[in-house]
Amino acid sequence: MGYRIALLTIMSKEVRRFMRIWPQTMLPPAITTALYFLIFGTLMGQRIGDISGASYMDYIVPGIILMSVISHSYANVVSSFYSTKFQRHIEELLVSPVPNWVILAGYVGGGVCRGLLVGSVVIGISLLFTSISVSHWGLSCLIFFLTAVLFALAGFINAVFADSFDDISIIPNFILTPLTYLGGVFYSVEMLPELWQNISLANPILYIVNSFRYGLIGVTDVDITLALTMIVGFIVTLISLSLYLLDKGIGIKQ
Amino acid sequence: MKSEFIGLSVESINFFPVPPGFFMKALAIRNLSKTYGNGFTALHGIDLDVEDGDFFALLGPNGAGKSTAIGIICSLVNLSGGSVRVFGYDLVRQTEQVKQCIGMVPQEINFNQFETVQNIILNQAGYYGIAYQEALVRAEKCLKQMHLWDHRHTVSRRLSGGMKRRVMIARALVHDPRLLILDEPTAGVDIEIRRSMWQLMREVNAGGTTIILTTHYLEEAESLCRNIAIIDKGTIIKHSKMSDLLAQIKVNHFILDLADRLAKPPVVEGYDVVQLDSQTLQVGIPGEKGFNQLFSELTRQGISVTSMKNKSNRLESLFLDLVGG
Repeated sequence: MGYRIALLTIMSKEVRRFMRIWPQTMLPPAITTALYFLIFGTLMGQRIGDISGASYMDYIVPGIILMSVISHSYANVVSSFYSTKFQRHIEELLVSPVPNWVILAGYVGGGVCRGLLVGSVVIGISLLFTSISVSHWGLSCLIFFLTAVLFALAGFINAVFADSFDDISIIPNFILTPLTYLGGVFYSVEMLPELWQNISLANPILYIVNSFRYGLIGVTDVDITLALTMIVGFIVTLISLSLYLLDKGIGIKQ
Repeated sequence: MKSEFIGLSVESINFFPVPPGFFMKALAIRNLSKTYGNGFTALHGIDLDVEDGDFFALLGPNGAGKSTAIGIICSLVNLSGGSVRVFGYDLVRQTEQVKQCIGMVPQEINFNQFETVQNIILNQAGYYGIAYQEALVRAEKCLKQMHLWDHRHTVSRRLSGGMKRRVMIARALVHDPRLLILDEPTAGVDIEIRRSMWQLMREVNAGGTTIILTTHYLEEAESLCRNIAIIDKGTIIKHSKMSDLLAQIKVNHFILDLADRLAKPPVVEGYDVVQLDSQTLQVGIPGEKGFNQLFSELTRQGISVTSMKNKSNRLESLFLDLVGG
């Protein structure tokens, strides 16, 4: 009972935070993705033609939706938890009888809410440019949700280790964004030379994007079972690491 | 009457070899040590007891280890060795029970300055598992007690320094803690607010809450606290009743302002008289002697005193003696 209230308190605080600044959190992804669809989908897509039997617009929609889920679930947790450390109101949680798993679930839950909400906005924008007939509803919803969880967890770990505001922008800018763009959002890996195809297979985002694409339009470059196993494996690993860091007080206690 | 369970007298069972009354203390610290990652040892195995219902002062110069000790008690700092028990609960093995017992008011403002005053209190209540409707009632009570009810919808960064400190006290009280730890709660607030906060603290203590206070205002500790510990260089160097400590003062020093100028300081047998300027004297008054003899002698010598004040706070003098200041 007590833990449920604590969890809901942290989550509602997080949701209030990003809703309070909705022009910063909700509006930019809507504008950016509308431009993606307009430029890549409508203008260039007509010249590129079909990929794996799908129109270019339909082909890029799943990746663009997941790009927004990835970046916003990550950004929400990394900025919120780091600010909590920076302004020292992490101490409110540390002195309270809130177990570490509730702290983690609360912040990750907040990040997931933002990721899914922004993803839903992007889905709405995409419907202005194309109609999506979903091939596998269950798989699509599962990947949509698990992606938000995975990157919210990654953002949490980034925030735990961060000592400055620079530290919370390095990974999103120099690791996450390149991996996302090289994760087959705008192209099929089969279009790459064999060497780059093999290198691309080491990119976890490739599996996430392709499994979501399979769920939406039934097209994929990778094995779906392997993709799901990897996603769940990453989530379990990051949960374990996060709880270990909280238990040891790394980055938050002296 | 003895309690009996399956034929055994409960009184005869002694699972843990601890001193009588150990579990009844609000705080019992044994051999507590802390060495930080950079090798600096902030606490060298301190022992400290605080009785239930006490108003206790923990004093020490900057860097003495006060904040480290408080940080450990409040789970903000990991301990390196020793044990901490709060109302009998062990900090390491029964962390959640310990946290339920403690309310913490830190030195520095540490709430979300973008939240409203009421939300800060409600969030804290939520962390303690208090349901929303109940939290609303408690928040109202705490905010009224701290004279903040009219500011409940104000975004906290717009509050004055004194109000921010009262927000932290209200936040610490929302779950009805049995032990309230105040780490320099009146630092940087003006004397009027400080006096009103003293009154609030007295009321909280009178309601049965044990209070541990750290402060650099020794007048504050002397005025509020019944027991005291002084910590220096990570070691407790004094741990006694306030009255016993103050009784150790052998000589009180006073400053006397005179009506007329003096060419040289008067000689008064048994008193240490120093002339600070032509119209000001500093007099050391031994504990066993009173003022009457001093004033009789000054009057006899034709010296008229217009006003008198303590040279320094009594506890301050002792404190400086103890920590070598």
